[in-house]
Amino acid sequence: MRSKALGRLIGASLIGFATALTALTAWAAEPIRIGSVLSVTGPAAFLGEPELKTLQLYIERINAQGGVIGRKLELVHYDDGSVAGKANAFTKRLIESDKVDLIVGGTTTGSTMAMVPLVEAARIPFISLAGAVVVVEPVKKWVFKTPHTDRMAAEKVFEDMKKRGITKVALLSETSGFGQSGRKETLASAPKYGIEIVADETYGPKDTDVTAQLTNIRNTPGVQALFVFGFGQGPAIVTKNYGQLGMKLPMYQSHGVASEEYIKLSGPAANGVRLPAAAVVVADKLPQEDPQREVVVAYKKAYEERYKEPISTFGGHAYDGLMIAVDAIKRAGSTDKEKVRAAIESTRNYMGTGGLVNMSPKDHMGLDLTAFRMLEIRNGDWVLVD
Amino acid sequence: MLAEFIQFLFSGITIGSIYALAALGFGIIYNASGVINFAQGEFIMLGGMSAVVLTAAGLPLPLAILVAVAVVAVVGLLLEKLAIEPARNADIVALIIITIGVSLVLRGLVQVLFGKNTRALPAFSGEQALHLLGATILPQSLWVLGTTVVIVAALAWFFGRTRFGKGMLATSYNRLAAQLVGINTRRILLAAFGLSAVLGAVGGILITPITYTSYDAGIMLGLKGFVAATVGGLGSGVGAIVGGLLLGITEAMTAGYVSSAYKDAVAFVLILLVLFFMPRGLFGAKVSERV
Repeated sequence: MRSKALGRLIGASLIGFATALTALTAWAAEPIRIGSVLSVTGPAAFLGEPELKTLQLYIERINAQGGVIGRKLELVHYDDGSVAGKANAFTKRLIESDKVDLIVGGTTTGSTMAMVPLVEAARIPFISLAGAVVVVEPVKKWVFKTPHTDRMAAEKVFEDMKKRGITKVALLSETSGFGQSGRKETLASAPKYGIEIVADETYGPKDTDVTAQLTNIRNTPGVQALFVFGFGQGPAIVTKNYGQLGMKLPMYQSHGVASEEYIKLSGPAANGVRLPAAAVVVADKLPQEDPQREVVVAYKKAYEERYKEPISTFGGHAYDGLMIAVDAIKRAGSTDKEKVRAAIESTRNYMGTGGLVNMSPKDHMGLDLTAFRMLEIRNGDWVLVD
Repeated sequence: MLAEFIQFLFSGITIGSIYALAALGFGIIYNASGVINFAQGEFIMLGGMSAVVLTAAGLPLPLAILVAVAVVAVVGLLLEKLAIEPARNADIVALIIITIGVSLVLRGLVQVLFGKNTRALPAFSGEQALHLLGATILPQSLWVLGTTVVIVAALAWFFGRTRFGKGMLATSYNRLAAQLVGINTRRILLAAFGLSAVLGAVGGILITPITYTSYDAGIMLGLKGFVAATVGGLGSGVGAIVGGLLLGITEAMTAGYVSSAYKDAVAFVLILLVLFFMPRGLFGAKVSERV
């Protein structure tokens, strides 16, 4: 009997102690919970992996400097394996059981669009890292994004073509989601620049030879330039076949291939290729007076020191997403969701890795064409052409 | 006009010989066991990837090729020993599902060990295109086509003229009967996996200068190779070449003369037609169904 009473006493005091402890930690400032669903594995892993690494790196750094508004940041992360359905389920978990304060991420357009209805209903600020225009058009109250859109890429290319007096263009797009969205935007924005698409060919993302399509493009009457819209190995094979056929047509690629890997894979055939890209790609080559130089060089240094691998524009998008969120929380002075949302929407003159961001109630991306640099590949290296 | 046609043809030959090479590997294991090895695409990827990694580590190309082939052969043998043999009394569908599982494991391992980037291998005889009647082809495509022909000839000799090869065929027709006449069927199956792993590796190394490689390259190669093998007739060497070239040239001609948007659709319609009228493929053996 005695031992039972004693046991009860110990049990009760343990419970009391535990309660006191939790109360104590809660009082010592609750962390700001940043939710994230990224495609760290699966086909979109090359996007999601640098994004996650960037978030982890910078949340660590911010915490080492004392956090934001006196509170630490805490990353709650799930990997959707590049499957949109999973992104939806994980977002529900972030909102309902993790009770996050805001969400950064949604790597692909598919994942992002699967997350949108949930964040809109739960009224949680959401900064997406996906490319397509549809994320912010029409404007959704709680949804923002940091990457450039495919429409901007097409317009930047047309701007450059116009300068060179090119008006008749052959389009070769990939049958992937990225390529087909790019094709749509390219066809839609061509008339605005007085450009006529005289050939409209496609290739599959895993195709091993596209000389047939290129032969048809070469034989199209009046064609003055070739514009390829795709990413990964496809554009490299296009470039190699272009060299094999000895084509002299000026070739443009999209921002999808703005990586060292593309140059390495395509070899000498890539010389002369032009493409729009974010400043991150040419961080070292930006002139000293360039207003974006400081931020991209700092990001490059931090990332490459930590992970011993080259930076990519994609990791940069995550950097921008996190920094815009942190900046908004500082200005809001709290994590009140409506206040943070309003603060994100009023982001002005934020210089990120993607370019100068000026959000407004009508524009939840805030980038203009100056965010893209026109690059040319010369002797296996990037050169700024404007 | 002619130059155009020849260019489309060359494009088709380039694509088709890659499919043919991928298709060959399916035949050996199928001949020995009736199993369709869905990890065949991963053998191809592993061959290319190992060669890339080894050359990047500083090995000269010929040595890297030999080591890569050996590595993949070991993987093939291990696959048989560790995954297929313990389940050898299961029915064929179960074994096929095991190979799918193995393909996922291999893909995952390569992704973790070597990363997710696309990798390239230098061409064996340079990148300078060969010109013929106004059309161009890369020398590497000829390497692929030539090796495929050599391999088919070697396989025909192996299955038709050697004791071991005949034993393999006998095992596939009736394992019990083969055992009764003294064939070591366990060793046959082990050899079949080793041999098709070697074939896959050789194929993967040959095509990587054209197609590049990445951890997930095996999915497409396995799928297209399987289709080519089915059209040509599973288990037939000549069938693999004809099936692969037919598929590749149809794709290229459709892309050239009709529209690149329809090239996969036309190729698949063609396959349906072939299988509709010749369910065992163009060169498939006429085997009566075992009941």
